[in-house]
Amino acid sequence: MDTDLSSQDRKDLDKFIKFFALKTVQVIVQARLGEKICTRSSSSPTGSDWFNLAIKDIPEVTHEAKKALAGQLPAVGRSMCVEISLKTSEGDSMELEIWCLEMNEKCDKEIKVSYTVYNRLSLLLKSLLAITRVTPAYRLSRKQGHEYVILYRIYFGEVQLSGLGEGFQTVRVGTVGTPVGTITLSCAYRINLAFMSTRQFERTPPIMGIIIDHFVDRPYPSSSPMHPCNYRAGEDNGAVYPSVEDSQEVCTTSFSTSPPSQCVFTVTKAHFQTPPPVVTDTLKVPVMGLAFSHQLSSSRLSYQPAALGVGSADMGYPVLFAGGLNAAHPHQLIGPGKEGGVPPIPNQPAHGTQADQERMCTPLDGVHYSAATPSSSEDTETVSNSSEGKCGSPHDLLETIFIRKVGAFVNKPINQVNPPDSPETESPLQGSLHSEGSSGSSTGNTHDDFVMIDFKPAFSKDDILPMDLGTFYREFQNPPQLSSLSIDIGAQSMAEDLDSLPEKLAVHEKNVKEFDAFVETLQ
Amino acid sequence: MNCRAEVLEVSVEGRQVEEAMLAVLHTVLLHRSTGKFHYKKEGTYSIGTVGTQDVDCDFIDFAYVRVSSEELDRALRKAVGEFKDALRNSGNDGMGQISLEFYQKKKSRWPFPDECIPWELWTIKVNVVNLANEQERQICREKVGEKLCEKIINIVEITDSLGTSVTTTMRRLIKDTLAL
Repeated sequence: MDTDLSSQDRKDLDKFIKFFALKTVQVIVQARLGEKICTRSSSSPTGSDWFNLAIKDIPEVTHEAKKALAGQLPAVGRSMCVEISLKTSEGDSMELEIWCLEMNEKCDKEIKVSYTVYNRLSLLLKSLLAITRVTPAYRLSRKQGHEYVILYRIYFGEVQLSGLGEGFQTVRVGTVGTPVGTITLSCAYRINLAFMSTRQFERTPPIMGIIIDHFVDRPYPSSSPMHPCNYRAGEDNGAVYPSVEDSQEVCTTSFSTSPPSQCVFTVTKAHFQTPPPVVTDTLKVPVMGLAFSHQLSSSRLSYQPAALGVGSADMGYPVLFAGGLNAAHPHQLIGPGKEGGVPPIPNQPAHGTQADQERMCTPLDGVHYSAATPSSSEDTETVSNSSEGKCGSPHDLLETIFIRKVGAFVNKPINQVNPPDSPETESPLQGSLHSEGSSGSSTGNTHDDFVMIDFKPAFSKDDILPMDLGTFYREFQNPPQLSSLSIDIGAQSMAEDLDSLPEKLAVHEKNVKEFDAFVETLQ
Repeated sequence: MNCRAEVLEVSVEGRQVEEAMLAVLHTVLLHRSTGKFHYKKEGTYSIGTVGTQDVDCDFIDFAYVRVSSEELDRALRKAVGEFKDALRNSGNDGMGQISLEFYQKKKSRWPFPDECIPWELWTIKVNVVNLANEQERQICREKVGEKLCEKIINIVEITDSLGTSVTTTMRRLIKDTLAL
């Protein structure tokens, strides 16, 4: 079939298709992050913007997409699919869309790879940008918050549309003919969203003023098509998200990865207002991407009710992603502390630590927080993972679920978790009854159970009226009303004031020059 | 060269005219914009990068993507603003149309003027409706949003169907332009 294609053309075509697939995933996932995307035009090509479009790369998403592809390319019978689903705080999930990148056998031998195919792919990406904003899931993703989050899953193989419910609709984004087949990009989306409208989300009040962060052991119910990933704690195979996937094929990432000890996303749009300490989820956070870190973690995601007292209305961001394939990355989200939270672990230093990441595994044994560095400059994202989990699913359906749940934020040191101690000083009444007076003398009989002490308040003088605190309290419990507050006297004084006003004004007018001189000295 | 003509129709409330027009026109321009061409000495050229940004509508439950170019946005807003004013003042029962034409400018020899050869024409027919109360306006917000979603899908389908031929046309246009 491709005998007419030169080896260079074939190589180029494979490269184009590969990066087109990666960019497709980026566009789709970024369109479901819940926020507005903005990239700059540039008159000078940097050599890293594929298809002449400024599409940022979220390293984690690229990583997952590459894992899903596993070195293969979309071909006949082998489609790359991005599944977008919704998960409620109660654990219910629903598939919303399946985006399919397919290849059929219809070839266009005449087409020129280096220019025409490339430009057609660019046009197709533009169409994808437009179409991702018009399907129903876009509006849902923009409103995601603590009630629900949007997840993604990438898989390679046969398209699975059964989860979309009955009557799903399909929209074709576009096609590009190539010498080896025709690439088709389409989206099948659910139209029956009745599940959402009838759901009522219950919330339980926080316990003792402590807002509990929520991490579920197994975030997905057994009926869900998604499979959680088992993360092995402490394992680090060095799978840091590369900023350069292949040295010869770099086309994106303006982001650099942080050292393996940290999973840090630096915020591109720094919306957070509070400085660190920030909270890092120990659950893997899939895509944080752009402007997330602080805000995301501070806003919502909570799978259990009463997660957040935080008003998330102003937080547009959240997103939860289920990464496809063997995710092994404990992606941590960093968020500013918002409300008193539960930090059952010791306070962490300002930078995320390896230890926390290593403890990131299911089942969760509690809430783990670690402060992380705040965002630095724009256009930088750093992601790294320190451990890699194993995925027990079949290779075809390998998927990794990243779930990030964010609950309350810790902005207090751990020793403030408990309600504040009762005041050290006892009430006067108590003082008169009990022995632990702060003043007064003690009889000093340590062998007695309690010792009576006379409480002599400092404001009670013995020569005037010897009294203890209790007597004083009773005596002065009902003091007489101030005379100036009585109506008659008040009215009388006001009348006198009004009468004397003209005289006072006359005096002041005489002394105008003095006043002016005084004001000038002040200037 | 034949000029392809596409017609889209929308029915909107008065205050939605601007946003609806901008959404459609920006979507078309997104598909028809390329990065800046830099002509190089060796007879090759390089192409700049097009950035994109999301735009939320205020009067319609709708969002769209446009090219990140303030100059382009200003030019469109100016044209759409003039159109909206003309529509309001025309008294044609709120019916009007605005067109976006893509043409090739061919320089002619003196004394002949430059030749403008259109190769694609997008026409948006607008029908302005008047609504009686806030409830109707709210329904209109949603309905127009859904309609615009359909229009975007239409535009994408059209651009896809035009496909290779347009790419070839554009390539020829660019070559012609750079050769002069």
